[in-house]
Amino acid sequence: MDKIKVGIIGPGNIGTDLMYKVMRSKYLQMDFMTGIVESEGLKRAAKLGFKTSTEGVKAVAEDPEVKIVFDATLASAHLANAPVLKAAGKIAIDMTPAAVGPYVVPCCNLDEVKDSDNFNMVTCGGQATIPIVNAINEVADVEYAEIVASLSSKSAGPGTRASIDEFTQTTRKGLEIIGHADRAKAIIILNPAEPPVMMCNTIYTLVKNPDEKAIIEAVNKRIKEVQQYVPGYQLRVPPIIDGNKVTVIIQVEGAGDFLPKYSGNLDIINSAAIAVAEKLAAKMLNK
Amino acid sequence: MDNRKINIVDTTLRDGSHAVSHSFSPEQVTAIAGGLDKTGVDIIECAHGDGITGSTFNYGFSKYKEMDLINAASKVIKNAKQAILLIPGIGTIEDLEEAYENGARVVRVATHCTEADVGIQHIQAAKKMGMMACGFLMMVHMASPEKLLEQAKIFQEAGADYINLADSAGYLLPDDVKARVDKLVNGLDIPVGFHAHNNLSLAVANSIAAVESGATYIDATCRGLGAGAGNTQIEVLAAVFNRLGYNTGMDMYAIQDVAEEIVEPIMHRPQVIKTAPLMLGYAGVYSSFLLHTYRAAEKFGLNPRDILVELGRRRMVGGQEDMIVDVAYALAQEKNNK
Repeated sequence: MDKIKVGIIGPGNIGTDLMYKVMRSKYLQMDFMTGIVESEGLKRAAKLGFKTSTEGVKAVAEDPEVKIVFDATLASAHLANAPVLKAAGKIAIDMTPAAVGPYVVPCCNLDEVKDSDNFNMVTCGGQATIPIVNAINEVADVEYAEIVASLSSKSAGPGTRASIDEFTQTTRKGLEIIGHADRAKAIIILNPAEPPVMMCNTIYTLVKNPDEKAIIEAVNKRIKEVQQYVPGYQLRVPPIIDGNKVTVIIQVEGAGDFLPKYSGNLDIINSAAIAVAEKLAAKMLNK
Repeated sequence: MDNRKINIVDTTLRDGSHAVSHSFSPEQVTAIAGGLDKTGVDIIECAHGDGITGSTFNYGFSKYKEMDLINAASKVIKNAKQAILLIPGIGTIEDLEEAYENGARVVRVATHCTEADVGIQHIQAAKKMGMMACGFLMMVHMASPEKLLEQAKIFQEAGADYINLADSAGYLLPDDVKARVDKLVNGLDIPVGFHAHNNLSLAVANSIAAVESGATYIDATCRGLGAGAGNTQIEVLAAVFNRLGYNTGMDMYAIQDVAEEIVEPIMHRPQVIKTAPLMLGYAGVYSSFLLHTYRAAEKFGLNPRDILVELGRRRMVGGQEDMIVDVAYALAQEKNNK
């Protein structure tokens, strides 16, 4: 056995993009895609030769070979799925805002939470901005962090739209818990421009020690770390230091696996989830 | 003559707060809201210019706690209804509940004109709390009348009591206003309102066009205080609507006195159409970007006009104040590379 088999619940945009990312992984083996009704996503997975089922969580839980399960459904569904996966001894990677398990941002706190059996991926905006706040905090002590995540309208699905409050609240909590900002605020903007705009994230921090050189070094180093698992993560505007205020702007271009490149928001949360799964798989494989 | 009741919504304490960089004090709010309440205006809106919890780096911090201002207004508003603005993605239902506890009874849920569905949960929550709810579509010059009707219907279905079309960039010409308002008035079961900006000196004219097309809610502010070149000047609107014979229920002299005696002394500068606000209207840029653009232009050594034109070209929407720095940085890099 040289790869760890994974299942995905939820064959929508996120689940399908995850499938393509798993197919490229050196530690993960795509095995099972499940949903609750027949869908294009299930047909696509079947066509690629993977097992499929309309029995949702039950099907993957009962499969002895699957070790890691991505849940790309809804928060309400994950609350029901989590105990089933736990009882079956599967590791769950939760793409929803359910937050059954600890928040994880791979370059910030994966080592701290690696023994958990349920990982929450925060939000796309959180995956894009928490690494920078965390890095600035290490050298400058962040009192307050504020982020503005702008997404193309086309990349924001009905789930995001119907739960925009959860997005801002979950991102804020992530900025505080993993970013280590004393206080935080998250703002999300949808822009319908055509051609669609790339995901863009502005990160403002109010810091105690505005050491320009240390901040620039920390941000540049952190960007390289994120690029390890999100190649399209780029600096648009390098740190601007204005008294105790630091402004950084980051752009995220998607890998274009299944979703278009402008959907950097979907790409970054999926890439982060894969990074978590690969780390766990490598450990299982003793690599 | 037309006997429809035209509801006047005063937003001096919300949109007007942009023009004083969100520095209204509880005492000023008490004086302005108390004064307005005696003039016959129907709704008085009080919040950060970018809606509740807009007090941020991105939009400018409020000098005083927003909820204290809302609370101060509620103590003196006896006749009108008290409103707040809520932009989903900035404010949340939790914030709405806090505003309700402090006295707000109307919420205007504002989204970009093509993104109404992000506000469904807020309209529904407001209705559950017994509030009046308005679906507020921003930057309406960026969408066709048909698209606006489709979006307004999303709000109507969520339970909105009326729809407000906001010409947030002050870009529309009177015929554009007519086409949009007319489409909604004929296609919806609920009333329609209009919010103008005076960037092209058309705020009063566009408000007339809206009412002629069937709008029954009109936004305005004392001395036109507001983002960009400001909003429709309420005391002028009262006089003009009086001449036209519209039933606004307003006391023309009383509103003139509030504007002159209470609001004017607080203003940081006269609300005139300088070059940059004119360019907002010309290029179709969100009016609230104005003061942030002046600051970025100074920091990066640029002409504000160049920043605004680029923002318009990139089709930035309301709330993207952070992109002013992005654009300024890019233009400064370009300039240095020449």
